[in-house]
Amino acid sequence: MTNLDSVFQALSDPTRRAILARLIEGEATVDELREPFAMSQPSISRHLKVLEQAGLIATRIDGTSRPRRIEPAAFAAIEDWLKQYRAVWQANYARLDDVLKELKEEDP
Amino acid sequence: MKPLHMTTPTDTTIEITRSFDAPVSMVWRAHTEPDLVKRWLTGPSGHTMPVCEIDLSVGGAYRYVWEWSDGRMSAYGTFREIVPECRLLLTETFDIFPDNETLVEQVFSEADGQTTVTMSLHYDSQATRDGVLQSPMDEGLEASYCSLDALISETV
Repeated sequence: MTNLDSVFQALSDPTRRAILARLIEGEATVDELREPFAMSQPSISRHLKVLEQAGLIATRIDGTSRPRRIEPAAFAAIEDWLKQYRAVWQANYARLDDVLKELKEEDP
Repeated sequence: MKPLHMTTPTDTTIEITRSFDAPVSMVWRAHTEPDLVKRWLTGPSGHTMPVCEIDLSVGGAYRYVWEWSDGRMSAYGTFREIVPECRLLLTETFDIFPDNETLVEQVFSEADGQTTVTMSLHYDSQATRDGVLQSPMDEGLEASYCSLDALISETV
């Protein structure tokens, strides 16, 4: 299992969701990201760090520039996890059907 | 097999809805009585639930332990709100991620002898800490709606 809790934690902040929405359009440097959000560099850097630690974005080194980009593998991991989660609950609830059937037979 | 609906209404919420061919009183018991919970909340095939402890009171704790051939995992939390045969609000933490608490809401409603369970999992840490959901209803009002639902289904 990937660190899905840190992914959800990263996604729980509206600024970080907006940063991701911007990065889906293409990679951007810290300065380019700062502009639309009217944020200080330390605070945008903090958000980027959370997103990077969750594996949602990655940094590319390009000379002195450090553009950030979306990490598609992290989104694929979320989708896989949701599929597994769904399968587990389908199995749980199929067993619950059997339990309820027995309860009804005991107490019609 | 009855269809299970799973949606992600917000980036940090998962909602699962499923209907059962049983009255709400039985579905509620199956969610809150340890001997019944142990029989179905076992997760992936090959897993069992040897430990299931539930103190069904506001502030009361619960603990589930799952075991499989070469592993063991537990989940624990406390009940924040309990409206019998209607609604449960509880926290959930898995021992493998002790710092991550999820807020889980389960709503039970019966119509025509069928009970629908809607389970919402809130991965928003703020919502978990505050125990606040984006529902416009407060607990009292929700309890009234549940009684109204029951009354309507009884008289139909």
